[in-house]
Amino acid sequence: MSEAAGVLVATDLHREYHMGEDLVHAVRGVTLEIARGDYVAIVGPSGCGKSTLLNLLGGIDRPSEGSVTIEGSRIDRMRDAELTRFRLNHIGFVFQRFYLMPALTAIENVELPMAEARVARDARLARARELLAYVGLGGRRDHRPAQLSGGEQQRVAIARALANRPQLLLADEPTGELDAKTGTEMIALLAQVNRDGTTVVVVTHDEELAGAAKRVVHMRDGVVVDDHRQEPR
Amino acid sequence: MLLRLAWATLTRHRMRTLLATLGVAVSAAMLLDMVMLSTGMRASLEDLLLSRGFQLRLAPKGTLPFDTDATIPEASEVIRTLRTVPGVTTISPVLGGQVHVEGVQRTISATALGVDPAVQGDYEITNGRSPSAPNELVASADFLQVSGAQVGDTLSVAAGYDSQLRSFTGRRTMTLVGVAHFLYMAAEQRAVALPLETLQSMEGARARDRVSLFMIKAGENENVDTVLKRIETALPRVSALSTETAMRQLDARLSYFRQLAFILGAVSLGVGFLLVTTLVTVSVNERLGEIVVMRAIGVAKGRIVSQIVIEGIAIMVTGAICGLGLGLVTAKYLNSILAAFPGLPAAIDFFLFEPRAAWTALGLLTGAGILAGVYPSWRGASMPIATTLREEAVG
Repeated sequence: MSEAAGVLVATDLHREYHMGEDLVHAVRGVTLEIARGDYVAIVGPSGCGKSTLLNLLGGIDRPSEGSVTIEGSRIDRMRDAELTRFRLNHIGFVFQRFYLMPALTAIENVELPMAEARVARDARLARARELLAYVGLGGRRDHRPAQLSGGEQQRVAIARALANRPQLLLADEPTGELDAKTGTEMIALLAQVNRDGTTVVVVTHDEELAGAAKRVVHMRDGVVVDDHRQEPR
Repeated sequence: MLLRLAWATLTRHRMRTLLATLGVAVSAAMLLDMVMLSTGMRASLEDLLLSRGFQLRLAPKGTLPFDTDATIPEASEVIRTLRTVPGVTTISPVLGGQVHVEGVQRTISATALGVDPAVQGDYEITNGRSPSAPNELVASADFLQVSGAQVGDTLSVAAGYDSQLRSFTGRRTMTLVGVAHFLYMAAEQRAVALPLETLQSMEGARARDRVSLFMIKAGENENVDTVLKRIETALPRVSALSTETAMRQLDARLSYFRQLAFILGAVSLGVGFLLVTTLVTVSVNERLGEIVVMRAIGVAKGRIVSQIVIEGIAIMVTGAICGLGLGLVTAKYLNSILAAFPGLPAAIDFFLFEPRAAWTALGLLTGAGILAGVYPSWRGASMPIATTLREEAVG
């Protein structure tokens, strides 16, 4: 697959960091191409480097070696401010622990990235309402995170991640803090997001979530040991 | 959105925000009081000295007005000379002394000023009129209260007590024609004013043709320093003092006061700064996860810093505004205590409120609020996103 065809191209990625006096090789020479509209699950045992890889792919960590290209832009070479702006406009993030702004309501949380992107107030309100309805929280937009369940908070987080219409949605253990039923709902929502055109990459231990992906990348000890396509369940 | 987030964050921990604001208010009140104290007495005295339009004062050589018992001899000759000095428009001679007034039950002592009632600058009549005849006098309200005298009463007034002869050199029967507010007298100081010639005569030989002080007005378009130099040339045997020179001398004498005010003001500012820095640091540490996630989703570092700095400024400004009121109340209370300080004119305000003092205090506190917010917020916004999220997840 050429770089032009892939929404995301990672080449020979390495990431090392110090933990005390030890040098940890979290990611060792990973090369990965992800096509537009794909749904990729990165799986593997704890500590295999899958979250580190996701952070490198999303530009919230810098590789020790190698390159990451998204939509033709080398994000590993970008300066901090440029990379921040790039993430704002091109990448949506969903975290295991939701990380909503507790002082803001659901709709204000969804508005936040749009406000940063200087979307006009009326337009961002309309988009935030549309997104909350999309994730099934149209009636709870004025609730603060503390007034929402875990599943609802994660739905708001997904709506926030989609606010600026990113090409790429990266999710790190999005069902990790949810019960089985809510996790299943979340898996369905992510599949819907993918069907609607967004490229989705998830890091997960959750077999059900991995089973919903079109492609599964297995990691062990910082390297990709298996990479195969599958029929989503 | 930035303001909304800052406001929401502050109101999320209402009690903590309230306590920090109150702490800043106390600090601001003290800072305002110290700024008022460092400039108030000077400004107040300058206003007092210029209140009647006299810009120059002549005292016995080497002294300050009423600083000693020394007097200027040949006062008539001095007046004649002064009238020849270009730029001098009004000359008001003043002789200080002591009089004893025989009351119904006891004799009351009072500070006496011998003045030319037509041009005097020492008192303002609050009831009745100024003396217009040699045997008339005006007195302070405190004198009237102690003596029980009233306007229109005839009083037996003596001056110039000779301890060798155990008698007064002068004694007059005088009519009380008015009540006056004496500008330069201390609080509760009993005072009377009578014509200069009458007091000179009553004080005997030691006061003959002598005065303690001349107060002089220069013409409106005259340069006061130029007139001062002309007077010094014409009258080398007296010390001429402009208001500006007096203020410089006062500055030298009040340097201790100002240093104290400066130190206490700096301490107040430091306390306010540390208070807000601590609050912002605690707040940032609590919100590290939120802050790095904001960075992850694309919020610029400068925007995050601005939001947190706004929180610091909001606490500082709100505290400063509350502190302004608190500072004025405490200044008024402290002023009432210090106004009773012996030997100082009651009209002097130690804590004189000037808008500049309030703006200075507000400006300093706002600056401290910005500084207090910048470091912790910049540190928080500069944390490595991935590492911080990993540590947050572990924590």
